[in-house]
Amino acid sequence: MDNLLLLVIGMGAVTYVPRMLPMVLLQNIQLPSFWKRFLSYIPYSAIVALIFPGILSSTSSTGSAVTGGIIAVILAYLKVNLILVVFGGILGALTWQLLF
Amino acid sequence: MKALIREAVTAKEDQTAFSAGIKAGIPIAVGYLPIAIAFGLLAQSAGVPNYITALMSLLIFAGASQFVGVNLLALGATTWEIVLTTFILNLRHFLMTASLSRRIKADTSKQWMALLAFGVTDETFTMASLRKEQQLDPGFIFGLNLLAFSAWNVGTWVGVFLGAGLPEMVQSSMGIALYAMFIGLLVPSVRESKTVLFISLLAVAVNSLLHWLPVFEGLSAGWAIIITTVAASAAGALFCKDGEV
Repeated sequence: MDNLLLLVIGMGAVTYVPRMLPMVLLQNIQLPSFWKRFLSYIPYSAIVALIFPGILSSTSSTGSAVTGGIIAVILAYLKVNLILVVFGGILGALTWQLLF
Repeated sequence: MKALIREAVTAKEDQTAFSAGIKAGIPIAVGYLPIAIAFGLLAQSAGVPNYITALMSLLIFAGASQFVGVNLLALGATTWEIVLTTFILNLRHFLMTASLSRRIKADTSKQWMALLAFGVTDETFTMASLRKEQQLDPGFIFGLNLLAFSAWNVGTWVGVFLGAGLPEMVQSSMGIALYAMFIGLLVPSVRESKTVLFISLLAVAVNSLLHWLPVFEGLSAGWAIIITTVAASAAGALFCKDGEV
């Protein structure tokens, strides 16, 4: 078989299996309260780990990334609609790049 | 008759949940398009055949892995090395789906769960699990994942066939889109809960140490995210006994 095709199938498989197993197996299992809390906190810790420090290198300069990030934090703190937070972040980053 | 009405009501509920999912997916789609376009461009310029690029987005549907995969291909890495790297990079989804599985309505069939699992990405996971409602409708997750998946695939094609239409500066600024979305999802929860604030600060600290301390220099971003997620969630579960966040 085509080597590249094999690669895509292999990558697809190792991506799908870790996504699928817990979804199918853990759904209706009773867990001790420590583990319930542990699982319920995962969204927050994972999202933070995804944001920082990755955001610093998300645009062509740290300055523009920080500007966009700060604007997004302010808009999010004011509970502005999510789409506007996204566009605010992009505009902030773009403005920095136009200025500097 | 009653059964018919019940069926009609369920169908209506399903449809509402599905459209709510599509709606919730819009910010993700906005963020995915430029990244998928960039992926298509990169793959094209690295000499990956178009059908392979398209198949990657169709069968793998994981941004970071696809970028890394194409990079490694260009560097001449073996199939094995690339598959192993992808596996490590995506192991964090194991934690995410473990968490998400418990929020989806308990009567959802295993087949449905297996289908929904395919569409779980950092972004769809975050969007779904930060919803206010404790029990999520599978139709909602399906709509959310479907829009994200479509945007990712359309973007890939645009990147492959239209090339660099957007000015470089705009493209680079859009790199921040998904981060801004994550911020938009996280910050309101931090505002409302001391527990979330505690976990977030801890996660920033742990991930920064893993990123900048010279001892951890060889550690990949994939492992850093896994270690941070486990450490901060475990600390939260140990020290914050107030139950739900």
